[in-house]
Amino acid sequence: MKLKAPESVFSSASFCPGCGHGLAGRLIGEVAEELGIEHKLVTVVDVACCSFHIDYWKFDTIMAAHGRDIPTAVGVKHVRPDSAVMAYMGDGAAYAIGMAETIHAALRNDNICVFVINNSVFGMTGGQMAPTSLPGERTATSPKGKDPARYGTMSGLELVKQMDVAYVARGELIGSSGMVRAKTLIRKAFTHQLNGDGFSLVELLSPCPTNLNLPPVKAKAFVHDEMTKYFPLGEFVDKGGNV
Amino acid sequence: MAKELMKGNEALAEAAIRAGCRFYSGYPITPQTEILEYLSWRMDEVGGTFVQTESELAGVNMLLGAAAAGARALSSSAGPGFSLKQEGISYLVAADLPAVIIDVMRIGTGLGDIAQGQGDYWQLTRGGGHGDYHTIVIAPASVQENCDLMQTAFTLAEKYRHPVLVASDAAIGQMVEGVELPPMHEHDVDTYDWAVRGCAAGAEPRKVQNTYYTRPDYVEYLRDKYAQMEEQEQRWEAYRAEDADVVLVAYGISSRISKEAVDLARERGFRLGLIRPITLWPFPTKAFAACENAKAFLTVEINILGQMADDVRLAVQHRCPVDFYGVFFDLPEPEDIIAKAEALLGKEGK
Repeated sequence: MKLKAPESVFSSASFCPGCGHGLAGRLIGEVAEELGIEHKLVTVVDVACCSFHIDYWKFDTIMAAHGRDIPTAVGVKHVRPDSAVMAYMGDGAAYAIGMAETIHAALRNDNICVFVINNSVFGMTGGQMAPTSLPGERTATSPKGKDPARYGTMSGLELVKQMDVAYVARGELIGSSGMVRAKTLIRKAFTHQLNGDGFSLVELLSPCPTNLNLPPVKAKAFVHDEMTKYFPLGEFVDKGGNV
Repeated sequence: MAKELMKGNEALAEAAIRAGCRFYSGYPITPQTEILEYLSWRMDEVGGTFVQTESELAGVNMLLGAAAAGARALSSSAGPGFSLKQEGISYLVAADLPAVIIDVMRIGTGLGDIAQGQGDYWQLTRGGGHGDYHTIVIAPASVQENCDLMQTAFTLAEKYRHPVLVASDAAIGQMVEGVELPPMHEHDVDTYDWAVRGCAAGAEPRKVQNTYYTRPDYVEYLRDKYAQMEEQEQRWEAYRAEDADVVLVAYGISSRISKEAVDLARERGFRLGLIRPITLWPFPTKAFAACENAKAFLTVEINILGQMADDVRLAVQHRCPVDFYGVFFDLPEPEDIIAKAEALLGKEGK
């Protein structure tokens, strides 16, 4: 079988070797083309690493303020209800500075897709501690390891999945089975939006070798073996589905 | 057309609808909350969108999304809430996006209080957010002007692809006056090609981001844009100013009391005049050329520090004294204004 790159992802990405962002971008491009929404998709990307996609994919794209991707996307969706609209951000944007925006879009069940790239650190700024950093994880701002007595570890997905939304799932951008699964989750999120079901959040665990200070293979192992203990994979809400 | 009675804040909201605004996002804060309350039902009637957001931050960024998608979009706030809007205003400027944001000014720093104030002048005219920028700032002085200037605000926002701020205050926001409403205008979200909607096959994708990333002429472009605004968009009203010995400078509710002071002083033979800036930025420096007889200028403001006085000093190039009469929490008193103006003239006359 010959694999064909999606036409909507057209530039060679300059993400770090072993980073998950390029994979996520490609999966979104593939899904958009398979669903036939590539010409009506509007994407909203966060600043920093996420924002590189604005130059890599052929979608109308807004680069939003840090952590405000979701309200920005909601604004677009209200004005362009026939467009497919997605917000794409890291865990810092979605669960730290933008936690309120994430929770309240879910409360309103706004009809958009949210994709959260969770790599357990702030990437672009150099690997600082995030709400998603694991207990004991050494980061640029927790050099002795994240102290669980002072800083808890949580993904905002745990709150969103308790709400009356369309779809909540978590996958990992690791290995061929992880990639196939992640693509399925992305497709289901868009399908829910096209059906008018409301808010979808898909969190994708993603390796950040540069800031984990690990070679790519070990960074993948960290995601697959360690992060999944705290952030279990699966589908948690699937309106009208079988969850 | 028959006049009807409207509250200032509701007039702003209705005028926005009639200017073709079909998107509003905001958060309750006194003294601007009537704008939200009015639009919560009125947007439904015209098929627009009203969203009460979880914060002003979410509100202004939702506004940015709606503006980027091509809608005529509005948000509003006051005091502490308007400070939270600054993040989004800076981003709107950076991305060349038109939108209108209303500040119904209240009094004081921090929480302050809910009475009328004019203490946001610096924040409004200097670029309240990070980076170096200006926004056009329009200051209505009556409920009728609330109606008329909303159309202007949206027109200028689109002319320059730039956010426009409307500086009202608690007094004008809460007062009820007779108004003649403008006719209904519909705005097509496809009017401008830059609005995101989905990238057609073979087309270049639209990118809404800081124009610094995309414009090789970024610096010149911005300097030209602001220079053009300063040249073309100064708006003011001169009232008995030409032969005045002392010219008051006041906007919004203060300008109405100042007019009363002018008339009162003239009855007593004291030639007082008024320049009322309608745009706070660009500041109407051109208005001052006509005040050939003026020996002093006095700003009348509801704040402690006399925030507008420096702009007047620049406008008159320090050719004569400029002072301010400021009140806090209260409204300016015509007698006090006249007394201060006379003292200023006396000082100058000797």
